[in-house]
Amino acid sequence: MGDTAAVPAAPLFSFRSVSVGPSGARRLDGLDAQLPGDGLTVIAGPSGSGKSTLLRLCNRLEVPSEGTVLHRGTDVAERDPLELRREVAMVFQRPVTFAGTVLDNLREADPDCDERRGAELLERAGLAASFLRRDAGELSGGEAQRACLARSLATNPRVLLMDEPTSSLDAKASAVLEGLARQLVDDATPVVWVTHSEEQMRRLADHVLLLADGRVDRSGSAAEVLGER
Amino acid sequence: MSGDVSPLGLAASLVLVAVSLAISLRLKLRLERDVVVSVVRGLVQLLIVGAALKIIIDPKTPLVWSWLWVAGIVVFAAATIKRRAPAVPGLFWIGLVANAATAVVGFAVTFGLSIFPVEGRTLVPIAGMLIGNSMKSGIVAAERIVEALSEQRAEVEARLALGRPWTAASRPIVRSVLRAALSPQIENTKALGIVFLPGAMTGLILAGVDPIDAVLVQLALMYLILGGVVTTTVITALGAVRRLFTDDHRLVALPRSTRDTG
Repeated sequence: MGDTAAVPAAPLFSFRSVSVGPSGARRLDGLDAQLPGDGLTVIAGPSGSGKSTLLRLCNRLEVPSEGTVLHRGTDVAERDPLELRREVAMVFQRPVTFAGTVLDNLREADPDCDERRGAELLERAGLAASFLRRDAGELSGGEAQRACLARSLATNPRVLLMDEPTSSLDAKASAVLEGLARQLVDDATPVVWVTHSEEQMRRLADHVLLLADGRVDRSGSAAEVLGER
Repeated sequence: MSGDVSPLGLAASLVLVAVSLAISLRLKLRLERDVVVSVVRGLVQLLIVGAALKIIIDPKTPLVWSWLWVAGIVVFAAATIKRRAPAVPGLFWIGLVANAATAVVGFAVTFGLSIFPVEGRTLVPIAGMLIGNSMKSGIVAAERIVEALSEQRAEVEARLALGRPWTAASRPIVRSVLRAALSPQIENTKALGIVFLPGAMTGLILAGVDPIDAVLVQLALMYLILGGVVTTTVITALGAVRRLFTDDHRLVALPRSTRDTG
């Protein structure tokens, strides 16, 4: 793991001729793309364009039918999938909490997590330490999504994938989560954020990858891509 | 009462079938055809089995025929489990191992501890009861594993995404499925004699055997069945869940999955 971080110039993820799904019903179709090694990259596109599929390739929750996915220059197929997933964490569209308290949830990711460490993780996710003892099933949508973010951070990831994480949240909770993602980027943890909202893309993106029908429509810095729109 | 049922007596027992048909017609349940088919099919199958058993239990018949019958029961039970949960790759072989293990364990206890003698008249009926009951629980386990992993895909993948192995990601589901599949047999065993008068005991008493002897036979069988149900269910559930994850800890595509692929 340590050697990959020593090459900051390598793209965060490279996709080479990547296809997913059976021939005739491709979710991604011969896609070539690179995600830059820093900042917040937004993957956007209409529903069914392959955004979530692309994200799931990054931590091997899915594998390509054809082509190669590289993380910092290394083929993800050659990595231990469990180690890769702890390094490349993911926050899902709908917050999924496990039975038990918030602290129990954090311990799913880090069995050694004590209250002090738990409080630190919650603080990074914008929640007070008092939430540690709360039943995770009784949290509001926004609170649950932040608890899920804290849980993802418990594996000390080097990259955070966020799959439309605000789609089930109200505007206030969405703004909090966007602020937290920006904070992570400022702390040198690159974030890849999937959205179908152009407004959100304009607020968040340092880099943009636009998809359409399983292929790259446009990609580049936010200024380049959004300036054209 | 003697254990003999005359053809007339058998015909008389059809009165209740006629009642079922009348209820189905009256309530427009449209079950008449199914009732008739099940009664006729059951009659034909059991008469064939009875005739075959008559040959099998004859002390002059080589025991190998009984063992072949047992093998047939194991294979048929595996095929039935496979048919009920087709989404699980290789479930036939898992079912085969599960039912064979149940037969081996059951026979080892039965004959190893001399509960019954190794004869044609014991081999086939014990295998039938043991595997018949175990198969039902195996089917429940296989069906529910597929349903639960499909419905709770988000929770499973949330655990996988934390770097947890498939064993840990599926553990809460496997526990819950095993409880659901095993609890009917456990409840049956608890209710023995109070609610539930099991078939072997009832049959022996009807055939004129002393009730205490009948109870002892039934208890031995019930304990064997409970052990068999646990064996088949655990092997089927664990085998099925293993086949629904890839070697690189991904959950395979399942029917009725609601995952967003946007």
